[in-house]
Amino acid sequence: MSKIIVTTQKGKTRELKGESGSSLMEILRDADMGVAAICGGVCSCATCHVYINGEWGKKLPPRSEEETDLLKELESYDPSASRLSCQIEFTEELDGLALTVAPEE
Amino acid sequence: MTRTIVIVGAGQAAAQAIQTLQANEFDGKIALIGDEAYVPYERPPLSKGLLAGEIELEKLFFKKPAYFAEKGIDLRLKTSVTRIERAAKRLKLDDGSTLAYDQLLLATGARVRRISIPGADLSGVHYLRGIDDVLGIRAELAPGKRLVLVGAGYIGLEVAAVANKLGTQVTVLEMMDRVMARVVAPAVSAFYDQVHRAAGVDIRLQTGVVAFEGDGRVTAVVTDKGDRVAADMVIVGIGVVPNVELAKDAGLAVDNGIVVDDCCRTSDPDIFAAGDVTNHPSALMGRNIRLESVQNAVSQGRAAALAMLGKPEPYNEVPWFWSDQYDLKLQIAGLSEPTDEAIVRGDPATRKFSVAYLRDGVFVAINTINMLKDFLPAKKLIAEKRVVDKTKLADPNVSLKEL
Ligand SMILES: Cc1cc2nc3c(=O)[nH]c(=O)nc-3n(C[C@H](O)[C@H](O)[C@H](O)COP(=O)(O)OP(=O)(O)OC[C@H]3O[C@@H](n4cnc5c(N)ncnc54)[C@H](O)[C@@H]3O)c2cc1C
Ligand code: FES
Repeated sequence: MSKIIVTTQKGKTRELKGESGSSLMEILRDADMGVAAICGGVCSCATCHVYINGEWGKKLPPRSEEETDLLKELESYDPSASRLSCQIEFTEELDGLALTVAPEE
Repeated sequence: MTRTIVIVGAGQAAAQAIQTLQANEFDGKIALIGDEAYVPYERPPLSKGLLAGEIELEKLFFKKPAYFAEKGIDLRLKTSVTRIERAAKRLKLDDGSTLAYDQLLLATGARVRRISIPGADLSGVHYLRGIDDVLGIRAELAPGKRLVLVGAGYIGLEVAAVANKLGTQVTVLEMMDRVMARVVAPAVSAFYDQVHRAAGVDIRLQTGVVAFEGDGRVTAVVTDKGDRVAADMVIVGIGVVPNVELAKDAGLAVDNGIVVDDCCRTSDPDIFAAGDVTNHPSALMGRNIRLESVQNAVSQGRAAALAMLGKPEPYNEVPWFWSDQYDLKLQIAGLSEPTDEAIVRGDPATRKFSVAYLRDGVFVAINTINMLKDFLPAKKLIAEKRVVDKTKLADPNVSLKEL
């Protein structure tokens, strides 16, 4: 079973089942991990912000211009780790990916 | 004895309330009663990706159907609550049963406003609020068909964009003198008007509808100008009305929505309300308002859950909203009024610009079109009620963060 490792805002760490065809946001939302994801994944709200831990960032498809435009305006933006979880689809290559849910703004 | 929270209406606000209850490790019982056939789902894709056939139905569900059983939530779909008996603290359901509550959350949302003109009951006349509506519309939508949309609100225009891309001939009839008049500035209305026309949509403003004609099935729409527009199908989008009847019959305070305070409490200490159905105080506007948006349903769903848990936290987020049409991403924050001064940032011809609204010099609202970088800083300026420099504001190269 492929998995992702999530650290919540409250500092708890949990393993979630990774499902191909789902975005990281959907996996987090399904498990009540505290991502609001208000726009439902259409890159219009930035309420699905996460930090990708360690080297995993390099394995992900790059940010689109839209994703960057939203992310850069967040107070909690970290250029090296910030991503919108709705813009990343889970695939088998991401088995073991570790991320931290960013604070709500 | 364990406490029971009953939520009426299985929509966006209900889904958020459950998420907040779970995140706060609520250890009582939760019952969720919804009159639709589906677990809580997102409505925005109904007029966008789902209608276009770009996303699958299952993607709309906030939680997988199995979630509710796993969490021990008593989920009853296709069931409607017909009465609240406040003295006995229980509900009557349309299957004849009763259900006791300790705390009750009314998240009944809104329903479409029906048009009452001759021919309104003909087949081929549709509305758009739920999944079943979209399935009905999609079954009829096909290249070459003639679709008439009554009302040029943002939902109507989203449908126009999708139908146009699918090769349908679209005519939009709108009573007002511009499209999306309720949500955007005249400059933005003019831009969207032009985009739709360029795509081949026939938009007729200041045009009312007096009858639908047809023998069993609609074949034409008659306007107040005396024109007859041929139609294979019609979609009526003329607004919604809040589902307040339960609350009203139970004697709760109702005034264009169920009246709540800034923590979603109604006039009964054990009853709460959230979402499209509430009339609530807005710190930003300094008066009571009713909103129809996901952001409001989420903020209030959360606030209602916290209040029920005895940890009330007022919601006071700047209202915001979005709409996707063609390649255009429209984001709206704050609430503008027709008398606000509108300042355009950037050139609409580039399909990338914003319109900021000032009231007595204070930054009160924004519409961004493919201009994502303005959205979050604008929300902050609005929340802070910032007075801004107009010359800088009009320059799209100056970041809103620098104002
Ligand atoms: C086509 C469409 C597109 C939209 N696009 C956007 C958008 O892009 N952005 C945005 O911010 N907002 C959008 N919205 C608005 C947004 O979806 C609503 O504001 C939001 O769903 C409100 O949530 P709610 O929980 O208050 O109500 P709802 O989601 O409507 O849920 C209420 C539920 O309660 C049920 N119910 C009512 N009475 C009873 C009863 N007595 N017993 C049992 N069940 C009952 C209803 O049938 C419904 O299922 C859109 C809406 C539509 C229809
Ligand atoms: S869910 Fe809104 S940007 Fe990701």
